[in-house]
Amino acid sequence: MSFDQTTTTADGRTIGGPVMEVKNITLRFGGVTAIKDISFDILEGEIRAIIGPNGAGKTSMLNVINGFYHAQEGQITFRGETRSRMRPYHAAVSGISRTFQNVALFSGMSTLDNIMAGRALKMNKGFIWQMLRYGPAMNEEIKHRRAVEEIIDFLELEHIRHTPVGQLPYGLQKRVELGRALAAEPSLLLLDEPMAGMNVEEKEDMSRYILDVNDQFGTTITLIEHDMGVVMDIADRVVVLDYGKKIADGTPSEVQRNQAVIDAYLGVPS
Amino acid sequence: MLYRESGQFKTNYKQDSAIFPILQDRIAIMFYLAVAFIVIPIFGSNFFIDSMMIPFLIFTLAAIGLNILTGYTGQISLGSGAFMGVGAYSAYKLVTIFPDTNVILLIVLSGFFAAGIGMIFGLPSLRIKGFYLVVTTLAAQFFLEWAFIRIPWLYNYNDSGAIEVPRREVMNVIVTGPEASSVTRYLIVLSIVVVMTWIASNLIHGRIGRSWMMIRDMDIAAELIGVRPLYAKISAFAVSSFYCGVAGAMMVFLWLGAAEVESFDSNQSFLLLFMVIIGGLGSLVGSYLGAAFIWMLPVVLRALPKLFGLDINTATVEHINFMIIGALIVFFLIIEPNGMARMWSMLKQKLRVWPFPY
Repeated sequence: MSFDQTTTTADGRTIGGPVMEVKNITLRFGGVTAIKDISFDILEGEIRAIIGPNGAGKTSMLNVINGFYHAQEGQITFRGETRSRMRPYHAAVSGISRTFQNVALFSGMSTLDNIMAGRALKMNKGFIWQMLRYGPAMNEEIKHRRAVEEIIDFLELEHIRHTPVGQLPYGLQKRVELGRALAAEPSLLLLDEPMAGMNVEEKEDMSRYILDVNDQFGTTITLIEHDMGVVMDIADRVVVLDYGKKIADGTPSEVQRNQAVIDAYLGVPS
Repeated sequence: MLYRESGQFKTNYKQDSAIFPILQDRIAIMFYLAVAFIVIPIFGSNFFIDSMMIPFLIFTLAAIGLNILTGYTGQISLGSGAFMGVGAYSAYKLVTIFPDTNVILLIVLSGFFAAGIGMIFGLPSLRIKGFYLVVTTLAAQFFLEWAFIRIPWLYNYNDSGAIEVPRREVMNVIVTGPEASSVTRYLIVLSIVVVMTWIASNLIHGRIGRSWMMIRDMDIAAELIGVRPLYAKISAFAVSSFYCGVAGAMMVFLWLGAAEVESFDSNQSFLLLFMVIIGGLGSLVGSYLGAAFIWMLPVVLRALPKLFGLDINTATVEHINFMIIGALIVFFLIIEPNGMARMWSMLKQKLRVWPFPY
């Protein structure tokens, strides 16, 4: 299958040209090389999975993409803009949002406030209006509340709208975190193990939300996941990392048959 | 039965986003305000107003300031006493330089000087957190105390080293100085505290307050969403110090009448931190409850033996006082580590569903 031009997948979604190109990224912590010379691309509208055994450098890769870590070598082009170093703030401004492996919600705030927080970049009414909570500040608050309510509706979070997220069970927290990432209306959504620690039903729900986000909003999604069943089901293309190196890249069925991938997961027979 | 929200439907987001969405809460606030503005000035004795209400309100304002920084933004500070001092000394200098300007205006303006100093001492928070930040704010405390002693310009080269509040009138009413009446001073303090509480509550419920809480709860995620830690932290330091500064200026001008550097030492900072922790971190109600607990309870306890006709000498009363307060602090923190504000909200929750358990 060729992804060079716009293509249509079997289920009728449109996949365009590359939104992000990762070129020869190398990341070192002191003497340890976490990522070595990795290149791949992410196409507009696709679901791209990054898989690999523990310690393969998957999360480090995401951290490089949204500016937590600065790669020593290589560059990343996102929507035509090439940056070798950027701050997380700039990643957010350019439309990248993400969730975390260990839920990183604002635990003291309600579900509503957490998702409202996701719209931080879209709100800009000044200090004086905020002091009065009147006029433009209030209008802005209401306008974004409306958008947030749509996300709450979409993710079926209505009943926990006013609950502090610290009190929610793990599965719901993951969903709120997805909602918070969606609130920014990202063009690239990075999901770091969205299904870790979930039971089968919760995984099914989460997969449905991910597919719906991709389908309804056309959001490009890159996810890290350990559940191979899920990855093979929902991903359009898969990158496989092992010990910081890329060992395979292709459609799920291609990757499944790749000998290097099988060796990495199961070990090389001696 | 009285405290029920059933039947109060909200039909738009504006109603649902209101700070007091429940009707009974709004009525209660009106009631408290009526008591504070009408009943207390008419029926309160000078002793009650002077040594209970005025200091309670002033400490509440300072506690709100510290709560914005520590409770809402998660930056623990032990410099709040010194920031009160900055407000007090700058109000004193302003009154000296502009003798004919409205003194109430100058008291509020002095907050801006405290905010400026607070922003400078807030800069280390961009790099360090937790206990290490506590140490740098303590350094601010020591530096500012030093400045209040060693820069004689700040106290107009007085021999005593103290600042004494001159007599000032606003619209022919004596507002500051020894001749100012308790009720006048009380009403000014109350108005400033009510307005500033309202502003704090607006800020907290909006975009800026959310950015503070985001930094408190998970600073990495906050940065990723697009909150700049620089703006969020420094604005919290500025607002917090502004509140402390105005509280400090009011403390000297509308309560004590004169002050030395000892009024703004690290004990004061600790006292404010206790108020905030016992009252409840991240709660405006908590700031009121904490200030009431730490300030009013000792005054009440001191008056109790006389009320019951017991003849205990003052020193003993004072010792017992310390023991009771200390024990109560420990007791409260054990039964509710989240402070009195949490007890308050649990009480309201119980009341909502009464007589059913849930």
